[in-house]
Amino acid sequence: MVNTKVALSGLVLDNPVIPASGTFGYGHEFAELYDINILGSFSFKGTTREPRFGNEPPRIAETASGMLNAVGLQNPGIDRVIGEELPKLRKVFHKPVVANISGFSVDEYAQCCERIDKEEQVGLIEVNISCPNVHRGGMSFGTSPESAAQVTKAVKAVTKKPVYMKLSPNVTDIAAIAKACEEAGADGISLINTLMGMRIDLKKRAPVIKNVTGGLSGPAVFPVALRMVWQVYEAVKIPIIGMGGVTTAEDVIEMMLAGATAVEVGAANLVDPFASKKIVEELPYVMERLHIENLTDIIGGAHNG
Amino acid sequence: MVDTVFEIAANREIAKNTYEMVLSGETGDIRPGQFVNLKLEGFYLRRPISVCDYGEDSLTLIYKVVGRGTRYMSGLCKGAKIDALIGLGNGYDTSVSGGRPLLIGGGAGVPPMYALAKKLISEGKNPAVILGFNTKDEVFYEEEFRALGLDTYVTTTDGSYGIRGFVTDAMDMLPLRGDPTSPLPLPAGAGRAERKSYSYFYTCGPEPMLRAVYDKSVTSGQFSFEERMGCGFGACMGCTCRTKYGHKRICKDGPVLVKEEIVW
Repeated sequence: MVNTKVALSGLVLDNPVIPASGTFGYGHEFAELYDINILGSFSFKGTTREPRFGNEPPRIAETASGMLNAVGLQNPGIDRVIGEELPKLRKVFHKPVVANISGFSVDEYAQCCERIDKEEQVGLIEVNISCPNVHRGGMSFGTSPESAAQVTKAVKAVTKKPVYMKLSPNVTDIAAIAKACEEAGADGISLINTLMGMRIDLKKRAPVIKNVTGGLSGPAVFPVALRMVWQVYEAVKIPIIGMGGVTTAEDVIEMMLAGATAVEVGAANLVDPFASKKIVEELPYVMERLHIENLTDIIGGAHNG
Repeated sequence: MVDTVFEIAANREIAKNTYEMVLSGETGDIRPGQFVNLKLEGFYLRRPISVCDYGEDSLTLIYKVVGRGTRYMSGLCKGAKIDALIGLGNGYDTSVSGGRPLLIGGGAGVPPMYALAKKLISEGKNPAVILGFNTKDEVFYEEEFRALGLDTYVTTTDGSYGIRGFVTDAMDMLPLRGDPTSPLPLPAGAGRAERKSYSYFYTCGPEPMLRAVYDKSVTSGQFSFEERMGCGFGACMGCTCRTKYGHKRICKDGPVLVKEEIVW
């Protein structure tokens, strides 16, 4: 019998599989399909202080082995998430959830996190300083060590829950930004958000996505994500949630060998709504095949050579 | 929503760049106006295709070749397997149709009208049908609709077949209630305003057509919309639109919206 349990800053998960923010809504679409309590946890849709419509459509484009999205943080706002979504979620999900919080100013991040701090069902806060699809805020906080540290400090001051900073891959030195977050008090690092990209419609001779650029996700980005998890693992001591193109249980193991303690599954949920379930179910078999008894033993395991 | 693996029973060109694919396998609970999302080998995102017809163990899809994905679909052979998420979207509500609903389909928006027509007939209603195309080569399913016993009007933009013009031109030609050619009698003492040629309408087609139908229509009705989708089942927020009743996901809260809620 293998042990799939992992722990993120004291939060024990039955397994490291966490559907990623923006691909799992607030859980309900998937709860209709399977018992989502088999998951380690899930990261809910990026939430901001104010309700947001997001970007004008089209918001989606296909790529080789992946997709672009420019949803632009559509969400009902923190009040409705706390007042409506979390009470509804409690009925179908009985584990601590990851609260994904985004903002357009340091104050907004802090205000949202202060609100979410009081929510019992939230086990961990994932602070998104890396959304590539909004024109101010979002990614701009995650592209310099100084501003990343500033958000980290502001958030840490208002919550006792573990704070994981979600970083952008659209930077020259992700390890420096991770380090700045660690020094500012972050409990962990979550990476990567999507890579900025675009497509052009040949017939219309215009960008496919109305926002022009979108964030690339899917298997196409897996090697980039893996490399960045590796680099951040070498730079910091705090735990890492690794993500980017994870599609199979083998991908989960690979991310963990690079240094991830837990792993988020994103775009895969959109093309196969059962993807996260399949990964959870396959994980023990893959562990047995690879002679892994305790999943925690392999975290960063590829760095020892 | 159900994930089903179908076997392709037929896949043939029925009009210019337009294919009819018949899938065999378990269909479960499907309503007219819903769509399926097909997983195609070598393509990352699924392809949403509206349902043209369905039975207990078969599903008919009609699609137009517009890009690489649909081109690939057109090359699939009988016997090939295809993974589909089925029963997606809200579908049309037939309970509000009245006795003489009008179905208006344009181009790739024609297929969902077929399953809808059959459903309305099964409920004892007598729909009229307008099918709009660009040109004669693109016309399909006229005979299938006539075989259901329905008054069927075909328009082509270039006039190469049927009525010259748009679906809205055909809307002008429908016999008014109480006319000798109308199946609807005029209620006693009814005024001019009550001589509508249809009781309700359902439409699907390109957006400029939907707008024109919206402006032309004299009753309430339901519109089926298209948008680029990520997942097709409401998770990614890729296809959200604004409505008078709030933000809606075309894939999950749509694709059918009622006339009164639409914001153009």
